[in-house]
Amino acid sequence: MTERLVIIGNGMAPGRMLEHLIEAAPGAHDVTIFNAEPRVNYDRIMLSPVLSGEKTYDDIVIHDDAWYAAHGITLHRGHRITGIDRDARTVTSDGGITAAYDRLVIATGSNPFMIPVPGKDLAGVLAYRDLDDVEKMLDATERGGRAVVIGGGLLGLEAAAGLKARGMEVTVLHVMPTLMERQLDPAAGYLLEKELKRRGIHVITKANTKAILGTDRVQGVELADGTQIPASLVVMAVGIRPNVQIAKNAGLEVARGIVTTDTMATSDPAVFALGECAEVGGQVYGLVAPLYEQARVLAAHLAGDTTPRFVHQDTPTKLKVTGIDLYSLGDFAEGDDREEIVLRDASAGVYKRIVLKDNRIVGTVLYGETADGAWFNDLKKKATDVSDMRDTLIFGQAFQGGAPADPLAAVAALSDDAEICGCNGVCKGRITGAIRAKGLTDLDGVRAHTKASASCGTCTGLVEKLLKLELGDRYNPATVQPMCPCTTHGHDEVRRLIRAKGLKTIPAVMQELEWQTSCGCAKCRPALNYYLVCDWPADYADDYQSRFVNERVHANIQKDGTYSVVPRMWGGMTSSHELRAIADVVDKFDIPAVKVTGGQRIDMLGIRKEDLPAVWADLGKAGFVSGQAYAKGLRTVKTCVGSTWCRFGTQDSTGLGIRLEKFMWGSWTPAKLKLAVSGCPRNCAEATCKDIGVICVDSGYEIHFAGAAGLDIKGTEVLGHASTEDEALEIVVALTQMYREQGRYLERIYKWTKRIGVPEIRRQIMDDLPRRKSYFDRFVFSQKFAQVDPWSERVSGKDKHEFKPMAVVGYQEAAE
Amino acid sequence: MSIWIDIGALDDLPLRGSRCVQTPTGKIGVFRTADDRIFAIRNECPHKGGPLTEGIVHGHSVTCPLHNWVISLETGAAQGADEGAVETIPVRVEGTRVLLLRSAIGARVAA
Ligand SMILES: Cc1cc2nc3c(=O)[nH]c(=O)nc-3n(C[C@H](O)[C@H](O)[C@H](O)COP(=O)(O)OP(=O)(O)OC[C@H]3O[C@@H](n4cnc5c(N)ncnc54)[C@H](O)[C@@H]3O)c2cc1C
Ligand code: SF4
Ligand code: SF4
Ligand code: FES
Repeated sequence: MTERLVIIGNGMAPGRMLEHLIEAAPGAHDVTIFNAEPRVNYDRIMLSPVLSGEKTYDDIVIHDDAWYAAHGITLHRGHRITGIDRDARTVTSDGGITAAYDRLVIATGSNPFMIPVPGKDLAGVLAYRDLDDVEKMLDATERGGRAVVIGGGLLGLEAAAGLKARGMEVTVLHVMPTLMERQLDPAAGYLLEKELKRRGIHVITKANTKAILGTDRVQGVELADGTQIPASLVVMAVGIRPNVQIAKNAGLEVARGIVTTDTMATSDPAVFALGECAEVGGQVYGLVAPLYEQARVLAAHLAGDTTPRFVHQDTPTKLKVTGIDLYSLGDFAEGDDREEIVLRDASAGVYKRIVLKDNRIVGTVLYGETADGAWFNDLKKKATDVSDMRDTLIFGQAFQGGAPADPLAAVAALSDDAEICGCNGVCKGRITGAIRAKGLTDLDGVRAHTKASASCGTCTGLVEKLLKLELGDRYNPATVQPMCPCTTHGHDEVRRLIRAKGLKTIPAVMQELEWQTSCGCAKCRPALNYYLVCDWPADYADDYQSRFVNERVHANIQKDGTYSVVPRMWGGMTSSHELRAIADVVDKFDIPAVKVTGGQRIDMLGIRKEDLPAVWADLGKAGFVSGQAYAKGLRTVKTCVGSTWCRFGTQDSTGLGIRLEKFMWGSWTPAKLKLAVSGCPRNCAEATCKDIGVICVDSGYEIHFAGAAGLDIKGTEVLGHASTEDEALEIVVALTQMYREQGRYLERIYKWTKRIGVPEIRRQIMDDLPRRKSYFDRFVFSQKFAQVDPWSERVSGKDKHEFKPMAVVGYQEAAE
Repeated sequence: MSIWIDIGALDDLPLRGSRCVQTPTGKIGVFRTADDRIFAIRNECPHKGGPLTEGIVHGHSVTCPLHNWVISLETGAAQGADEGAVETIPVRVEGTRVLLLRSAIGARVAA
């Protein structure tokens, strides 16, 4: 026999419960519902849009008549249950119907609370609970005039906004100092009040209603301080009380609500309570999310599954007033064991506050920008430890994880009147203004001039970011210049940590060294790539996406987007065969310009990117390899003709130059590296302004380094003397390796030398022979991986995608 | 109705990389960022017309290879102190294919 299930009340909670029940145990119950409201189950939440005119009643019906018919459910509309006979297991309605039950569900919801003041029963004084109330309000709006809403909570404000939208003059009276004080902290309450006032709704806080005035119809409201506000409509929305009277009369246990177990059973196991009228775990609820959860639990039990239990969850609150974004969740009271993160952007009307306890979110208030509410709710629910994202948490999910987590950008995006220091009420504009006007360069300066971060100090991070934004690279908290805004580490620190921690990929470096952006920038990525190439020659896979275009496509980009190509001419020597091959390539590819470079080779300019592989193929056939004229690496070794031809020549300078170039080509260095070898001190190869230069003398070779002839001009320093060509080569190579290992990316050798000091370099390379040897050996090892001609690699198909357009869309295709 | 033109496979685009598409109205850069988002913008730096596809892609930006302006791939706007913007082109990924909005790349008819 099917079980007889009787339900008192047909609100949202039992509606949901029936859906679950029908699904879990179709046809197992003979369901009868009594509903005091003369209608089907509708979406009570959506009454406010009906009031404001954005929706109609038909839009918000959840179950229509056909639904009850289809599921064989008997619905007695407009029948209020007046008594429950638990012994007889029957209920009786005011319409005279008695129904017998095997199990009974009480779902009578709540009654709106009416403050007991004189005049509360006058015509025109309404609650805000059901469709009847809304219809009466709409009636009143037809006549226009003034309305007073008592209660500045969720319901009251929705009513006020709705009535205003219908053209009434509306005043909200709220007894507390700020609106929605149960969901919002004072700051957000203040913003909300400001917005409502902007919309023309009057708000009076700390308003104690003394009486409702009028003889048969309402005419106004009088406050305790004597103020009188005229009104033809008064809506009371000051709270709800669980509707427990019939349960109490039936002798069920009742506290604030009808007391139930976590399976929704009352003190009588055949009777259940559900929805706003129920009190479970000492709590009563007034939002649908937990009620729906109760519905799910109860349906399971009625269907025979006794496992589900109701567990408390905080439910976020949102205000359903179009154009006001407000989100509140959990507990946001202050406390000694709590920390808070606050973000204010006054001009954008944004206020966000996250309350943390033990690095976990316990509460959140969002005003003006609520998109991240769900994310915060999720973090709170999962009790996620947020210490790792504390800096950017308040900026929301978009600033975490995959997307660029750049707190600097987020701070930059704040408007000038965004409050940075809550203790002293200092906004962004004042801080940046002071930095500029007073020429401040550090935290102490900002503290002295603005008081920002001078009290509790929680905003120190934000202030530092402002300094960084204002001063860029000039802001230098620990006198170490960070590599770039993505990190606080300087180059040396990064290099040291790469080795110390054995970091072998760019993501590993960024993770371990706590990069502040997800994938770096155009400054740090090439630097990191170089450091990894240099430190882990055998293990690291060069990341071409982190190289400047020239090094990626092995040619030099020109101002019009074409490229120039410079093949190696070892030591500046060439031949008729080579020159002929170059001439042929120039003709074949219609290369617009050919030029002799300062490094003793030939530059072909104006080559289209798509043609590069074919150009290289032809050059390769003639024996050319890439001149790496684009590389932060070994460029040229310029020579003079030396003892082979010159009457002053002391050694074979050309031969040594060629040997050096053949030994060192392909190596990557912090910045470009140009060498020269002159056959005598007349120095025709200009070796004394090169990165490394060799001057041949009768007794051997003078090794020079750290010259410059670019932006700066500087003669070389003398490193020392070598008596044999082999020794000269070893010294040059060891010096290069030392520079490779210690130089900062883009730091030319003369700048590195200035930083390290000539004596120290001399000591390591000239005096400490074992050390010189180990530098030399490390260079040789690394060359095993570096000396691959990039041109021939690409001719054979590597990185094909670099050189072809992805697609060519013709006129036909593109035409409309 | 919007018509989309297939310009190739997603796999043709390296992560943190870009490719260029030639159209009758000029070159368009198609970019793929580290978080696997696809963007398309006109391949002409608002500074002096540098080919943006040749730049380094980082975050949702690309740094122009010529003078290091940083251009947002989302908005096409130059970042930081630099001013200027490049047109963004609607791009869509459908399965493994990349498509551009035809009306955005087609011959622009004088209004
Ligand atoms: C204007 C408004 C806006 C709201 N906005 C939100 C919101 O944005 N978010 C949110 O989560 N919640 C909101 N709520 C609250 C939400 O609507 C309620 O929590 C939910 O509807 C309660 O469901 P219930 O089934 O327990 O009770 P109710 O839906 O109140 O249903 C109880 C039903 O039982 C009937 N009844 C009572 N006594 C008897 C009896 N003796 N015999 C027969 N029938 C009886 C009543 O007529 C009523 O129809 C809002 C409420 C209102 C009024
Ligand atoms: S540097 Fe000396 S050896 Fe070399 S070409 Fe000049 S004069 Fe001759
Ligand atoms: S000197 Fe200046 S203009 Fe001439 S090639 Fe070098 S960088 Fe270009
Ligand atoms: S052309 Fe792009 S930065 Fe100059």
